[in-house]
Amino acid sequence: MSAVNPKLATEGDRESWIPLLELAAQEVFELMLGAHLDAAPAPFGETGLDITAIVGLAGQVSGAIALRCASESATLMAAKMLGVNVKHPGPEMRDAVGEVCNMIAGNFKNKIPGMGDGCMLSVPTVISGAAYSLHALADSGKTEIHLLFEGLPLIVSIEVHG
Amino acid sequence: MNNVRVLIVDDSSVMRKIVARSLQQAGLNLAQVLEAGNGAEALAVLKQGKVDLILCDINMPVMDGLEFVKQLPGVESAQGVPVVMITTEGSEGHVVQALSAGARGYIRKPFTPEQVKEQVLPVLAGNP
Repeated sequence: MSAVNPKLATEGDRESWIPLLELAAQEVFELMLGAHLDAAPAPFGETGLDITAIVGLAGQVSGAIALRCASESATLMAAKMLGVNVKHPGPEMRDAVGEVCNMIAGNFKNKIPGMGDGCMLSVPTVISGAAYSLHALADSGKTEIHLLFEGLPLIVSIEVHG
Repeated sequence: MNNVRVLIVDDSSVMRKIVARSLQQAGLNLAQVLEAGNGAEALAVLKQGKVDLILCDINMPVMDGLEFVKQLPGVESAQGVPVVMITTEGSEGHVVQALSAGARGYIRKPFTPEQVKEQVLPVLAGNP
């Protein structure tokens, strides 16, 4: 595996990643869920966003891409992906939100020159509940975008270490 | 195409269902859909009998898709069975790795049913 590439991890690069991260998320929702994502008119808080999916990045870029949303949104994702009515949060909801985060991460890294081959993705981890704190054990810069899925708030973030 | 027996290998059960639905939307009449959550489970499934087509993710726990494809030549029931990778790993390097390991097609997630059709139908017809 290649060493961390500082050119792919500067603050300037991370700023230029925002539109690509948004595009990556929009493509996943349009192709796999048949749904449109809108940019939120203003940033919103994390209250009520009790489902978090995380996909780790390793290689030329080290860090994680995360998706945070409410159980209601995650359940709606599962319903749209499966084309059936999923009424209650459960294993399918966690599976769906983890896979959506995985596809956003993969789609995003394939849009960054040099990152596709030089960066590996972990399998997704899904956290249920909002009462947790995540502490990266390295200097990091976090970039997040606030989106609306069927009017429901959703945050996609990328955190890069080093 | 009729009566196709397919093995879908992905650690996401939701994605396995989406892939099966996309195959049907591509016009395949599926006689049997077998599922496995990783490469090791898929090898065990193949010991039970033959399939016509394998669709396989790359990033999976226990045994990933590339290792699974590399082990297929040692599985009698998998001889001649085409494998199409279906994965978030969309870089040129990953495509080359997968095709070198023995895969006959490559679909990047997120995908459309049309992309599934374009990759799978020629492979099933023996024209990768």
